[in-house]
Amino acid sequence: MGIFDRFKKKFRPEKKTEDLPSAEHQNEKLDDGLISIEEFEEWEQEQLAYKFKAGLEKSREKFQSEINQLLAVYRKVDEDFFEALEELLIGADVGFNTVMELTDELRQEAKVKNITETEDLKETIVEKMVEIYERNDDLPETVNIQKDGLTVILVVGVNGVGKTTSIGKLAHKYKNEGKSVMLAAGDTFRAGAINQLQIWGDRVDVDVIRQAEGSDPAAVMFDAVNAAKRRGTDVLICDTAGRLQNKGNLMNELGKMKKVIQKVVPEAPHEVLLTLDATTGQNALIQAKSFKEVTDVSGIVLTKLDGTAKGGIVLAIKNELGIPVKFVGLGEQLDDLQEFDAENYVYGLFADMIHQSEELDAAEEASDKND
Amino acid sequence: MAFEGLGERLQATMDRVKSKGKVTESDVKVMMREVRLALLEADVNFKVVKQFINQVRARALGSDVMQSLTPGQQVIKIVKEELTELMGGENQKINLAQKPPTVIMMVGLQGAGKTTTAGKLALHLRKNFNKKPMLVAGDIYRPAAIDQLETVGKQIDVPVFNLGDKVKPQEIATKALTHAKEEHLDTVIIDTAGRLHIDEDLMNELKDIKEISQPDEIMLVVDSMTGQDAVNVAESFNDLLDISGVTLTKLDGDTRGGAALSIRSVTEKPIKFIGVSEKMDGLESFHPDRMAQRILGMGDMMSIIEKAQSNVDMDEQKKMEQKIKDQSFTLDDFLEQMDQVKTLGPLDELLKMMPGANKIKGLDKMQMSGKEIDHVQAIIRSMTMEEREKPEKLNASRKKRIAKGSGRSLQEVNRLLKQFNDMKKMMKQMTGGKGKKKNPFGNMQLPF
Repeated sequence: MGIFDRFKKKFRPEKKTEDLPSAEHQNEKLDDGLISIEEFEEWEQEQLAYKFKAGLEKSREKFQSEINQLLAVYRKVDEDFFEALEELLIGADVGFNTVMELTDELRQEAKVKNITETEDLKETIVEKMVEIYERNDDLPETVNIQKDGLTVILVVGVNGVGKTTSIGKLAHKYKNEGKSVMLAAGDTFRAGAINQLQIWGDRVDVDVIRQAEGSDPAAVMFDAVNAAKRRGTDVLICDTAGRLQNKGNLMNELGKMKKVIQKVVPEAPHEVLLTLDATTGQNALIQAKSFKEVTDVSGIVLTKLDGTAKGGIVLAIKNELGIPVKFVGLGEQLDDLQEFDAENYVYGLFADMIHQSEELDAAEEASDKND
Repeated sequence: MAFEGLGERLQATMDRVKSKGKVTESDVKVMMREVRLALLEADVNFKVVKQFINQVRARALGSDVMQSLTPGQQVIKIVKEELTELMGGENQKINLAQKPPTVIMMVGLQGAGKTTTAGKLALHLRKNFNKKPMLVAGDIYRPAAIDQLETVGKQIDVPVFNLGDKVKPQEIATKALTHAKEEHLDTVIIDTAGRLHIDEDLMNELKDIKEISQPDEIMLVVDSMTGQDAVNVAESFNDLLDISGVTLTKLDGDTRGGAALSIRSVTEKPIKFIGVSEKMDGLESFHPDRMAQRILGMGDMMSIIEKAQSNVDMDEQKKMEQKIKDQSFTLDDFLEQMDQVKTLGPLDELLKMMPGANKIKGLDKMQMSGKEIDHVQAIIRSMTMEEREKPEKLNASRKKRIAKGSGRSLQEVNRLLKQFNDMKKMMKQMTGGKGKKKNPFGNMQLPF
């Protein structure tokens, strides 16, 4: 029962989120012209936070209703049910291996406990999923920013996942927190990449260390780390060219960049962020694995997470690779990158299911305590 | 986490069946499950998989699979045929206008590779169709997107129409068309900003551009690594714009590319091109049969053979084949082979296309760039002829001499020898001991 107690604890104030009116709802109100200025200001502030929540909530709601539907359609625990469950999870882009692991364990469990009704398997499904999620629980999920001195963040990933854009947003974030920020234009390969970073630098008003297109990225890194050290910069964020993880030479180049950085600041890079496109399928896991081998990735930036994205990959990445998602991003606006609380998200996936299966008085008890 | 191909997946099931001697309906069911898993693992959308499996099951039950001595191969054959069929059977060419200019519009999500593909397409049309293309910078949103297109244009020497990022894309399209007519440029390729398919404003902008430019080809550019969401992306772009073709990018990665199947089956629009490198000539025609093999993890022998045929001296090759077959392949042959391979392009790319290659340990680490091939050749050239014939003769002092002679380290010499041994093992596997296959490359059988 431990799990359920924890759920209760985590989601006792669930009501609060339910009370939060939806964006559409708010919009309607606006059209009517019936809200006060205070309400409007509040609404404005909530919009951004809401955008993320909406995206995540949407996939959460979809996931829950799908599971409930599944249990309604398949009443008996049989192979058809497990296949449907597999499809549901894979449809949410939960990694293939994780899904297979999960359903195999469930098959086993159902056999051992002689469970024949799918409804009775519900709790076990949730239990197993949370268990899988918790396997790598000792990972630091916060960003390793040095209190004193220079923090070097290296941003890596395959082509077109949104590295440069994410860097612009990160720079904005740390600048807003009162830190001095510098960017290193390490993508000397792709046409226009240096200018793209420069434009972000200008927007956010931070320095960009750059060399000509086609120059050695490791040399750019060396310059940048030295410059950052000399100028007493707090955070140096290094862009790198997109590379497919199966291109050995390019991956080795990353290793070299890391070494060069370490020549100047031995404990750097303090954070290696792998940028992953949320729409990527099973290949995301291979990407994470390969980049981890070369650069010891410490966190993931999940980009292009919009209202339709699946988010299931969060579970898989954590389970299969033990790398936490540290930021999620969507859109191309400066504020469109936020720190990600994976734990809350994953627990949230099952929150309603747990609530449903709980006794009514348990809920009452909880709300009593709240009062 | 190397993906298993369908072949390996079915192997276990087959072993069970063999011991029983007869295939039953429930065996077919188990086999279908394996097919299903293989497709899901390759990122084919689960709904598409379901439909597909029903088709295959029907065919499998109705055919001679159950009587066959090699039911596994039969199933694979059916799966491959159905996959190929589903992806359009044959390769389809790009639409060109009867009366110039031909207008091509590039659309897709952010980061799919539209700008790069636009450049590749321009080069392709100039090279193969003698067209005079012009690129239109219609992505006014992403920082430096216009710069990128300008740079691409310069690389391939194609004019870029650019009004900066302060003009609406609709206006850019209008003016671009007039400009093309004035300059007598017969092909206009419009690059557009990447957008999420759920972003209504931006999607409507695309609709406007379509209205204005009346494109002959609306090319949806999709990242081949896309997961389950590929169907939604393709569907929404197709619903809104009625796309006419698809380009799958980044297939030089190690993704299975199941998205190809998903996209094709929800839009019924042909996949016309695939992007296979960051270089401007890295655009190839899409071949459904090869894609089917890739999705099933069967490697892409056809592409290797094609590449080899166009680059390699066939007489030499025959001799080499014979040597591979008798397993009399020596380091000297290896040296010669490397000269030939150099003309084919990066070796790791070739190896990737080879079925079963992913199973050989250490092969993925055997990254060979042009430079590394030079090093390897230097090492072999520092050996005596006898040593090249019989590498087992190499003792420590000989190795040391070779290392000195070639200017490489002792570890490198050792690594080469190990790789050579691995390679020999691989060749043994590929010729498969049966000995009756004439061409080890031409008639690849699955390993059971």
